[in-house]
Amino acid sequence: MAEVIASVAAKAPSAPKQREPLLEIKAAPAELQREPMVANQRSLGWISDAIAGVAEGKTPRWWWIAFVPSVTLMLTCFTMILYLMSVGVGVWGPGHPVMWGWAIINFVWWIGIGHAGTLISAILFLLRQRWRTSINRAAEAMTIFAVMCAGIFPLIHIGRIWLGWWLFPIPNSNGIWPQFRSPLMWDVFAVSTYFTVSLLFWFMGLIPDLAVMRDRATTKIRKFAYGLFSLGWTGSNRHWSNYEKAYLILAGLSTPLVLSVHSIVSLDFSVSQLPGWHTTIFPPYFVAGAVFSGFGMVLTLLVPLRRLLKLEDIITVRHVELMCKVTLATGSIVGYAYAMEFFIAWYSGNPYERYAFINRAVGPYAWGYWIMIGCNVITPQLFWFKKIRTNMMLVFILSIFVNIGMWFERFVIVVISLHRDFLPSNWGYFRPTWVDILTYLGTFGLFFTFFLLFLRFVPIIAIAEVKGVTPQADPHHPLGGAKEGGHH
Amino acid sequence: MATTSQKYGILAEFETPAAAMHAAETVRDRGFRKWDVFTPFPVHGMDKAMGIKNSKVGWFSFLGGVTGYTSGMVMIWWMNAVDYPIIIGGKPMFSPFGAFPPCYELTILLGAFGALFGMLFMNRLPRLHHPLLKHRRFALATHDRFFLVIETADPKYSENETRKLLESTGSKRIELVEE
Repeated sequence: MAEVIASVAAKAPSAPKQREPLLEIKAAPAELQREPMVANQRSLGWISDAIAGVAEGKTPRWWWIAFVPSVTLMLTCFTMILYLMSVGVGVWGPGHPVMWGWAIINFVWWIGIGHAGTLISAILFLLRQRWRTSINRAAEAMTIFAVMCAGIFPLIHIGRIWLGWWLFPIPNSNGIWPQFRSPLMWDVFAVSTYFTVSLLFWFMGLIPDLAVMRDRATTKIRKFAYGLFSLGWTGSNRHWSNYEKAYLILAGLSTPLVLSVHSIVSLDFSVSQLPGWHTTIFPPYFVAGAVFSGFGMVLTLLVPLRRLLKLEDIITVRHVELMCKVTLATGSIVGYAYAMEFFIAWYSGNPYERYAFINRAVGPYAWGYWIMIGCNVITPQLFWFKKIRTNMMLVFILSIFVNIGMWFERFVIVVISLHRDFLPSNWGYFRPTWVDILTYLGTFGLFFTFFLLFLRFVPIIAIAEVKGVTPQADPHHPLGGAKEGGHH
Repeated sequence: MATTSQKYGILAEFETPAAAMHAAETVRDRGFRKWDVFTPFPVHGMDKAMGIKNSKVGWFSFLGGVTGYTSGMVMIWWMNAVDYPIIIGGKPMFSPFGAFPPCYELTILLGAFGALFGMLFMNRLPRLHHPLLKHRRFALATHDRFFLVIETADPKYSENETRKLLESTGSKRIELVEE
């Protein structure tokens, strides 16, 4: 200790060895104190054990009970795609006038779900919302798997799937190039960039935690595999310094990315001239809806998991409450956008636009519209009440309503707008086929198969980041070893 | 000393981030160069305590972003206005506005690659072998302990003096690490 004091004294020669505190700081009153990020004052080691323990030891029975049906559903999805490829897009419901059916609905729905992961990992990081650390890893994994499910649909809906590579600017023997004045082309770049950057961000966050798994590994295979993927991470502070900078930059890049992805998806619609699609409100309204649906899915996944995996001290009730508040905020924006669309349909004086919206509310698909309103406008408003936000069962049920509502929002946009356009002779009624339905259900199998594998092999919460927000990680806190009255 | 050539360095263990930080300040002030602190999470203020300058990763990302944007613009202009011009709805063959969304995405894509690979390059990762990773006690660096390591390659290193210095920082467990 003498050396430390000597070094302090060297910098400030007049400082006495024991300084009197200049100002007595009283603890804030109880109602102003924030709840800790990790409940029950858990130690740093406990955090490693609790999180890494999920991916260690014997596979629990519930995991198999969930995994087998997931794989079955995933195989159903692949079978349906094979059937589609061998017979043709006629096995699906779309046809004149509804040329875009479930494929586009599902694409927009899944990609919207992904947005919560990036919002949590990037935007909440830039806003210094430290509670994100308990949920960002699982939410980012959800993003990646959701974008995978989303990516399937634009690829298979093109009809001749084997020509899907024409979407990318790759030289081909026809000597032609993609046409970059089309928003569909922008979408290719937005979605593939989104997937790649999400994967990079997720993997970079994983490097220190895979090193934790490596250092805990008991078998040679685990040690080798985790050792390989952790890239030789040692926890060196010189490495952390570059790592934190890279993390900040990735967060800074992902923020404009996530805002652009759903904006560009919305341009697929709004750049066209169809009443109901051709509106300038689409980009912000799509982004808000995406975040809303994504938080719905994060809640659907994490509320049962925190209980099942005994992680209630890390994903606390406060975390769930905060997620409910984000859902409430974005849900309210979505509700406002619905109202504004209606107002503009009337205010614009455009008879086609006006008819498109009246047809939504009272036309043959009114049931779809009112499911959307019920789930997306009314459900989130219940989150104003703390009693509801802290009731895990209710939160879980309401989060499923959010997921359903957001699927119907895309149904309303795609199908209701298309089925009646300018000329009554051009009207029709769309019904999905069993192939449509099974392909969509099958993507749940794909999603949950990957998510369950993720639970089993990868730390599902960012271990290093959660440790970093505990009081004992702060060198200026008494629990972090700071001496009272010391210069740290 | 003949034995130092087989030793990688001397390792001191600490139980709290504050203790490791104070030790780092001492080692920094003594003018050591080849040394490092190993922590389970990034400790706030440790960069300053070690005298590490601002990371240069940003430059890699910046270069990636600039490359992405310019190559996107050039690519789209060449493809749609030079190599395969085709009239679409009376729009100009090339407009920076229509080309902007893909270029925006390419900026982000290559900027992100720059950040990740820049970080790995600056850290000289991936690295499949490290003397510290063979040390049994060092596995706790990813768990709940904090380590300070001074390499034998440091010009100021001396087996007895350095050990005494580390003892004076309050570490209760000091060990030599084999190469």
